[in-house]
Amino acid sequence: MSMTRQAEPAVTTPPAPGPGKETDGRTARRPLALRLLARPEVGVFLGAVAVLVFFLVTAPAVRDGSSMANILYQSSTIGIMALPVALLMIGGEFDLSAGVAVITSALTASMVSYQLTMNVWVGVIVALVVSLGVGLFNGWMLVKTGLPSFLVTLGTFLILQGVNLAVTKLVTGNVATDDISDMDGFDQAKALFASSFEVGGVNVKITVIWWLVFAALATWVLLRTRYGNWIFAVGGNKDSARAVGVPVTFTKISLFMLVGFGAWFVGMHQLFSFNTVQSGEGVGQELIYIAAAVIGGCLLTGGAGSAIGPVFGAFMFGMVQQGIVYAGWNPDWFKAFLGVMLLGAVLINQWVQRTATRR
Amino acid sequence: MTTEGNGTQGAEVKDRTPEDRTPERDAPLVELRGAGKSYGNIRALHGVDLKVFPSQVTCVLGDNGAGKSTLIKIISGLHQHTEGEFLVDGTPVRFSTPREALDKGIATVYQDLAVVPLMPVWRNFFLGSEMTKGPWPLRRLDIQRMKKTADEELRNMGIVLDDLEQPIGTLSGGQRQCVAIARAVYFGARVLILDEPTAALGVKQSGVVLKYIAAARDRGLGVIFITHNPHHAYMVGDHFSVLRLGTMELNASRDEVSLEELTNHMAGGTELAALKHELSQVRGVDVEELPEADALTAPVASSEGKS
Repeated sequence: MSMTRQAEPAVTTPPAPGPGKETDGRTARRPLALRLLARPEVGVFLGAVAVLVFFLVTAPAVRDGSSMANILYQSSTIGIMALPVALLMIGGEFDLSAGVAVITSALTASMVSYQLTMNVWVGVIVALVVSLGVGLFNGWMLVKTGLPSFLVTLGTFLILQGVNLAVTKLVTGNVATDDISDMDGFDQAKALFASSFEVGGVNVKITVIWWLVFAALATWVLLRTRYGNWIFAVGGNKDSARAVGVPVTFTKISLFMLVGFGAWFVGMHQLFSFNTVQSGEGVGQELIYIAAAVIGGCLLTGGAGSAIGPVFGAFMFGMVQQGIVYAGWNPDWFKAFLGVMLLGAVLINQWVQRTATRR
Repeated sequence: MTTEGNGTQGAEVKDRTPEDRTPERDAPLVELRGAGKSYGNIRALHGVDLKVFPSQVTCVLGDNGAGKSTLIKIISGLHQHTEGEFLVDGTPVRFSTPREALDKGIATVYQDLAVVPLMPVWRNFFLGSEMTKGPWPLRRLDIQRMKKTADEELRNMGIVLDDLEQPIGTLSGGQRQCVAIARAVYFGARVLILDEPTAALGVKQSGVVLKYIAAARDRGLGVIFITHNPHHAYMVGDHFSVLRLGTMELNASRDEVSLEELTNHMAGGTELAALKHELSQVRGVDVEELPEADALTAPVASSEGKS
């Protein structure tokens, strides 16, 4: 209900003649439809519906239940990461290292458990610590140096990219890690991160459930908790937030660590569904996450957005990615299609909001 | 809570004599003793003495770059002083974050960074001190209570808003200042620091803000009113400190200084008076209204701070 993103904070509103009774009743209630359209998550919802309808019409294969489950699975792997990236964006920062951090996490878990011949859960826990550590480093560097997050996380991105390749080659002598599927605890971990279940004869991956659970949790935190209030505040105006007593440093660092948590979760999913990890992967994914958040109506400069919007944003991505395949087109067109979609979504969103918030 | 039906602020102030408040005078809420602040080799503030008493408005005046902002940043906990003493309730303190100052009851309303423009009014009102309900893992914002309280408090301050969900950036400058003042008063501030609250406002809106300054004072708060407008200061002030180039130029209570003297001090009057003879030689400069140097008899701050 709460966070309505108005087009611009209209400082151009005629100044009040004083806090007299005149103030009362000056703001006319806008029609419900317009108020709904002014919300970015409604805009992206309509966009997602449009893309869905488009592929339902052009690619008959999409109408099948298992195709839909596949599309949702594709969306969930993007969507789980898009959520913390969106929260971070609302908090006024972004993280270019998010894509390779996923691989770093998976590599860590895989190599720790394989090389030390331990239960995979040891690797999983170590990977969690490493992922949170990367987030902590990003946040701490940002807060301490005052550099823009673009620079700080670009540095981390390059470092992790290099470390991923170099350390994997050093340890395994290969660019991929060894298969860990026969190790202790693998089945348990797979059940948590990469299992699937049947719904009416359709095979649904568990990540879809996690995605929706995390989205609900993120929405609740964002709109109903003090921490959520702080996220909007540090993204909207860091100095004001600090001046009224919001722990800005804590909020920013914890948001980066939340991205680390997301990277760990998706990394574990990749590890336990493919059994091995390619060390060079993940590059470019960070931009997909950021794009999903932006399509989802999060303001690139911070201070506005939602957790529901990026869910639809990620769905649009998954839909297009799989839809092209089902439509029988050349998948090389995927990125071009995405670019057009990103620009289109942003422009439509902007236009809709301008129209809806016009006074 | 507001002073209803009290004519103009100026008249209201004149009815009150300093004797009314003598019992409180011996216990300053906030006190600076020879306080100063250096940024590297730049001495922004030096040898400043300031006392803030309950139910009094202490005005800090000064031109641009006089050190007003540095002074309030020290008191509000954004910066730390590098010389002298800073006492709250007689105890020396050194704040490292604004939160610590807030916990001591020192609230600051900033000229420009008082609010987060994109956030709704009620969220801004409670930002940093949100009301919550429920046990920890499920502890959540008590939205109904916050909205109700914010509405009540704002109405008490005479601000009626239809929609507390509207982003605070859509309010006018005066309304935003009033929301910030109402917020500080609500959160039990004992000392309210106002950083040029009237600087960007029109005449009528300034009057409204001044009314709330008087209202806050009448509720027993010690108010530090930073301004470069001596007329605004004189309407509500009980004590006046003029800063110039980082040092105290004037430190006088209301009965020791007139508006004219205050204006002259504020406008660099002592310097202008000294230049009067020279200026009179220049064609096109009207020196008739300038005071003579010896006309400025108001007690000047102890010069020990000046070097």
